Formats: sequence, C-alpha cells, structure tokens
Amino acid sequence: MADRSLAPDTPDLRERWGGFEFTESYRTRADRAIARYPEGRQRSAVMPLLDLAQRQVGEETNTQGWLPLPVIEYVADYLDMPVIRVLEVATFYFMYNLRPVGKYHVQVCGTTPCMLRGSDGLLAACSKRGMKKGHVSEDGLWTLTEVECMGNCATAPMVQINDDNYEDLTPERLDAVLDALAKGEQPKTGTQEPGRHTSEPAGGPTTLTEMVDANHDYRKEW
Amino acid sequence: MPKVTVDGQEIEVPDGATVLQACELAGKEIPRFCYHERLSIAGNCRMCLVEVKPGPPKPQASCALPATDGQEIRTDSEMVKTAREGVMEFLLINHPLDCPICDQGGECDLQDQSVAYGRGATRYEENKRAVTEKYMGPLIKTVMTRCIHCTRCVRFSEEIAGVDEIGALYRGEDMQITTYLEQAAEHELSANVIDLCPVGALTSRPYAFEARPWELKKTLSIDVSDAVGSNIRLDSRGREVMRALPRINDDVNEEWISDKTRYQVDGLSKRRLDKVFMRKRGKLQPASWDEAFKAIAKAKPGNSIAAIAGDMVDCETMFAAKTLLEACGSSLIEGRQTGMDYDVSNLAAVNFNSTFAGIETADAILIVGSHIRWEAPLVNVRIRKAVKRGARVFVVGPQWDTTYPAQFLGEDLAVLGELPKDVVDAFAGADRPAIIMGGAALAKGALGAGLAFAETHKLVREGWNGFNVLHFSAARMGGLMLGFAQKGGMKDIAAAGPKVVISLGADEMDFEPFADSLKVYIGHHGDKGAHAADIILPGSSFAEKDGTYVNTEGRVQFAERAVFAPGDAREDWTILRALADALKVEVGFDSFAELQANMIREVPALGEEGLAGYGDLPKGGSTAKAEGRITAYPIKDFYLTNPIARASAVMQQCSSELLGSGELAEAAE
Repeated sequence: MADRSLAPDTPDLRERWGGFEFTESYRTRADRAIARYPEGRQRSAVMPLLDLAQRQVGEETNTQGWLPLPVIEYVADYLDMPVIRVLEVATFYFMYNLRPVGKYHVQVCGTTPCMLRGSDGLLAACSKRGMKKGHVSEDGLWTLTEVECMGNCATAPMVQINDDNYEDLTPERLDAVLDALAKGEQPKTGTQEPGRHTSEPAGGPTTLTEMVDANHDYRKEW
Repeated sequence: MPKVTVDGQEIEVPDGATVLQACELAGKEIPRFCYHERLSIAGNCRMCLVEVKPGPPKPQASCALPATDGQEIRTDSEMVKTAREGVMEFLLINHPLDCPICDQGGECDLQDQSVAYGRGATRYEENKRAVTEKYMGPLIKTVMTRCIHCTRCVRFSEEIAGVDEIGALYRGEDMQITTYLEQAAEHELSANVIDLCPVGALTSRPYAFEARPWELKKTLSIDVSDAVGSNIRLDSRGREVMRALPRINDDVNEEWISDKTRYQVDGLSKRRLDKVFMRKRGKLQPASWDEAFKAIAKAKPGNSIAAIAGDMVDCETMFAAKTLLEACGSSLIEGRQTGMDYDVSNLAAVNFNSTFAGIETADAILIVGSHIRWEAPLVNVRIRKAVKRGARVFVVGPQWDTTYPAQFLGEDLAVLGELPKDVVDAFAGADRPAIIMGGAALAKGALGAGLAFAETHKLVREGWNGFNVLHFSAARMGGLMLGFAQKGGMKDIAAAGPKVVISLGADEMDFEPFADSLKVYIGHHGDKGAHAADIILPGSSFAEKDGTYVNTEGRVQFAERAVFAPGDAREDWTILRALADALKVEVGFDSFAELQANMIREVPALGEEGLAGYGDLPKGGSTAKAEGRITAYPIKDFYLTNPIARASAVMQQCSSELLGSGELAEAAE
C-alpha cells in the first residue's frame, strides 16, 4: 500500500496522453457532476472527474484505468484549479491508480479481520497465478494490490476487483472468480458463501429472529 | 466577549478568539507547529493540546477550538503534560536526529519544544521513514525527511502568495510536501516558507552551512530593494552580511519579505568599489582620495555642480549632498534618475496615502501602470487580502499575473477619462475606493489624470484617502522630501550643463547628456554608474551605514549599520564632508549626529519614525487627461533591479532560472 508513486513524466507519456479529452458521454457525465455544486464551486467535482477520467483511460486501454499526469492536468484545466491541488487528491485516495494497471485490479484486503479469516491464503492464491503486488501480470489481465479495510469485515475475507466486491472467499472460491473473469464471464458478486445473501449472520439470524418473515413490533418486549 | 479561566486566572478574550489565543492572552506559552497567526488554522500537528472543561474528557487542540464563555482551560495539568509528551514523541518518530548537520539548528521550533515539552529520551527503535529530496528552486533547500507535515508552506503559498505551487502528496506516513513535478517555486515571496518551516525541512539554499544563528550579530535594518521599506534584520559575521530576515511590522511588511530583499545580500560582498578610481587616458585606474579630491577641485565647479541621487541612498547622504551643493550655490539636485518629471509641489499627490494596512480594506482598486507583483510584492499581498474581502481590482497597463481576479482595461491611458460602465459602477458603489499609480503611469504623465480620477470618484473621504502612488525606489520619498526634484526632471539638470555631476549611487540614469561634465560617482557597486564615471569614490551600501529611509507611504524608518564597508570605502556623508573641504565650502556638520540634526531641523518629519503626513491632495485638477499607451513596465527583471542585486550570484541565478532571462549551464546529472 505504501508503495504508491507517480508514473515518471516522460516524453512517451506526454505523447500518449497529451491529447487526452473527455469523450462526448464522459463529458456529459463530468458536466453533470460539476452541476451538482453551486457556480464557482466547480472544484468540488474533482473526485468524480478524476474517477471519470480514470474510467475513460480504462476504456481506451482495456484496463481498469489509471491517471497519467497529462490526464490529471486535463482535469485541473477542466475545473480551472491548480494542478497541484488535483494531484493532492489523486495521490491521497488509492482508488485512483497512479500507474498502469491490468484489466482486473485485484485488491485483496489484508486488514485484521480479513487476515484472521484467511487473507494470507488469498494472497498466496494470487501469487500462485503469477500476480505480484503492484505489478501488472504478463498477460495484462491482473494487477494485485493489498489494501486496507474495505468495510466488509462481516463477510471477511474479501477482494475488490474493479467495481465489484467478492466476499467470504477461500483460495478455491477466489480461483473460481478469477477463472470466470479470465474467461470473460461475470461471476456472482458479493458473498460467495452458498446460502448467504448479503452480510447477514452465517447460519441464520441470531437476533431479531421474529423479523425474518414479517415485520414484528419489538417495542412491547423492551 | 467571552470570559474564560486559564489555569485559574479569569480573563476576557475577544469574540472569535481561539482557546490558544486565550491562553496566550493569559500569558501561557502553548507549543505549536502548524498554527500560525497569519495563516488559516490547520490543526494537524496536535502540539497545542490543552485540557478544556466543559468538553470531552480528553486533551483538545487549542488552536482550532473557539473560546466560549465559562470555559475552564488548563495548560498545566498532568493530562496536558502527558499529551504534549506523547505528541512530541510521535513527531520525533520519523524525524531524523541530524541536528548537528541541520541548518535550522539553534533556531528550530522542534528542537526548542522537544527540550521544553518532550520526554527527554526516545523509546523508538524501529526504522525511520525517509523521504527523497525535492527540488524547489534556487532559493529553497529541502531535506524532506525532516518534514513534520505542518503544511505551513502549503498554506502560505496558497493563501498569502496566491500561487498554488506547493502541495502535500500521498497520505499518512507517506505524505510528502512538494511542488508540482518538483518545479521551482517561482513566486517573489517563495523564500518566506523557509522562515515558516518550524523544522529544518525547508532551509535557505544560498545560506546552507554558512553559519549558526548564535555566531551572528543581529542588526535592525530597512530593506532598500523596493520602496516598501520592509523591516529586516541583517545577520552578520565579521565583515560579512550572512543573511537578511524579516522583522515583524504589521504596518509595513507584516512578517514577510520578498526574495530579492532576502537574497540580494550576497551581492554586498561582490563587485564592490573598495578603492578610489580615476579615469586616466580613458581608463579607470586606482588613485588616492587626495588625488581625486584635487581633481574635483581643479574642475572649479563653482555653482555649476549637480547631484543625482540613486535609488538606494539614505536621507542623510542626500541631505549632505544637498547641503554641499547649497554651499556651492547650486540647487541642481534630482532623484528621479530615469527622467520622470511629475509635479512634486504637493507630496500628498505622490504618496501612498491609503497606507499598506489601509489598502487591505479598500473595496475597489484601480491600478494604473504598475506591475505591483514586481514593483512591490508585499503590496500585492495586501491587495490580494482586499480581494479576498470582496474588493474588485482593475488594471490599466499590459497584462501580468496578479494572483487574484483582476480586470485588465487595456494599455491605453485614455481609458482613465472614459472608464467602462462596470468600472464606474464599482467605484460609485464603493465605500473605500482607491487608485494606485505606478511608475509607468507617472512616466507617461498620468499623475494629473489620476488626481482627476480621485476627485471625480471622491477617493478622499472621511477617514479614507484612496489616492496612492507606488514608487519602487527606496530613496524616492526621502529624496522628494529633501527637494531632490527639478521641475523638468533630469532634463533641467542636463540643460544646466553642470561642470561636475555627483552621482550618489545613481546607476539607472542616462550619462550621455553629461559627456562634458566631470562625473563623480559615490557608490558601492561597480555597476553602470561606475562605468560611466570619471572619478569613483567608494561609498557604503545600506548595510554599512546608519540611515533614514522613507517608504512609498511616507513612513520614516531608521536603519542601523551592520558591518563596515570594505577596503577604502567610507560612509557616504564623510566623503561629501571631505569634498566640501576640497571645494573650500562650509557645510556645517562634522559628525553624523550633526548632519542628522541639521537634516531634521530642515525637514522635521524625518526625525520622527512613522508616517510623515503630507496633508491634503491638491484641488482642482479634474480636467487633466491622460494620453498614450503603457507598453511596458519599468522593471524588466524582478531579480536584477539594483546594483546590489545585479552583483548577487543568487539573484542572477534566480533571474536566469526562474525568469529564463539568461543562459545558465544546466547542472550535470
């Protein structure tokens, strides 16, 4: 996590991305994001715009997308704000990729609850498939990152791949998910535990049991 | 006005005060790193923790907590002591123990506060974080491993300088302060972050490893690089001025100085005139004082003698020259060496009447022919503050980067007579309207039109005078008070065809009309003036003599001598006194004190520190019209405006690196 750094500012990078501009559809979405804020406060839309730019870069490169410096400068220009302020935001949030990533950005949560529930096994499964933290795999499909808590502790361990979460994983279940993605299929998102829907207690509810089938007024029982 | 109790002492604090300010009012010292009076509150160093009741039972950051009625604040409890120790311990986790090789040593907030508030010994045995060096230009040296992330520098560049060039990238432990892609910080005030930095992360590059603070003699001085008259402290060791630092004066420079003020001082020991020179057979050759004075006496000037004051001379020198000329029977004295000839019959009309502190409160400002960022960077800071409070700014003249929203009305001065409707409306609705006339406007003879503008738009009203002239020569207002002005400016002097011309460090003047005169240069740097001179008498720079200076708002200030002039150079007044003997005239002073007393007798305002006060603006000039185009501002290169700066290696480097004006060999990588 700590090894984030900007891609170096090279002539190649300038040449590849110097002409970056929002496409029609991204421009509409960007303008809609800006319109959410009062006039003169367009800077507030910096986060959605960076995200949109990253997505467009992703579409163009068939990856999750990242933020080359010229693209960051474009966003700064679009919002009429100093580029250093945009760069501060882009480097602060690790949802913004500062280096090229693969088609699937596998973000394995390694924080305590996930670690206790076996995230080490997930990382091992990933590296068995040739993924290395912070690197794009040779086939261009995968980038592995270990991240901090993603807020899915009830269904630990979990990984986030691009926009979806996959929870209640074991190395085998993760393999199945990754295999499906590699084949171009869309695996089921969310919990991978059979019989579990979301993050309800495994093995059925232990509290508010009366509420399972119908609404129940507990107030009399307090 | 809330009443709070600080350590059992009940005090009343102003509305809107913070707990930290309340504690200070009660005389308690609150350690802090990120909090700074002139910057916004960040609250990220946590060093200012105090115990406050009512409130959560934990220490609170006093800098960001408003003082409210009935608060019980404790700065001396066990909780506060432990909290400070804890914060200090965390700050020191990643701070290197390199004080012996750190330039901040001896004047380091972290050092001082860890002695005063820290635990005394470390318990940390892990590896420390290390951060790569960041390039921030020729003035700021960075050792970012020492950074404690107080973000003062970020806030300064955004809020005061108005240029978002420094930012904090990444997060948490990885946070790094840098400029975008490590470009050089380009603002004229950029080096103030060195003073702001509470640790040794940002230190002075030219001053790196030069001296320790306790070796330096500190002298109170006044800056002469522009007409703001920034209050500075010259730190010297032996005969060398090592550095210039700002002194706090809320009326003048607050606590900032421009990079030129700070870094031109290395020019004080370069290209100095330390011997008497005389032109013999077309070449300047060393000579003795005696020879030089004899040569001047041989010219038999009689009353055909003129004196031109340079931009950096003190009032005493000018007065001595004036007295000398009067004794000779001449009144050919002039200070506006570039040939300006604006009317000086009423000094209020050529003064910055709003005062610098006052211009902050203006709500509509018309700038005519002034590149304020270069002519007076600290005034630009004030205008920026005014704009933040809602002032509208209009500029007549070529475009420049203002650091605040401003509307450019074109280069044609005729626009003064027929202002666009929105400008007229802005001034009609303004409570404190102001105009600032710069050198470019004065050179085009627009002073009358400016006064007319002041009259039509009622810039002078109860408790407010919005008519301002912004000079950029430190000697200008003092010179004008002493009468260093002819009706036709330099033209009159040239027309008089004096036999002897004394140039008091005047380097910007045109020497061509004086080809037949004996040109005597009394100055300190081998610059343009010295090249043109027939006789060079080595004088003293501002650091080497006591002197009185008057800034553009008419503020009289005294500077003290920090070091002695090099070689044979003498204090300017002694040279003029000796010259009087050579010319066999009486000037009536034999010591600096006598000279000063004579000067104050003639111009009493020069004897009192503070605003001189020139009375009311002249009436009835409302018909004056301005014509012509301002195609360029007088200052072509901010870093090389005076002989000291031109001699300074640092200023030359800034000029070529930041303004790209010259060729500088790239460092081999």
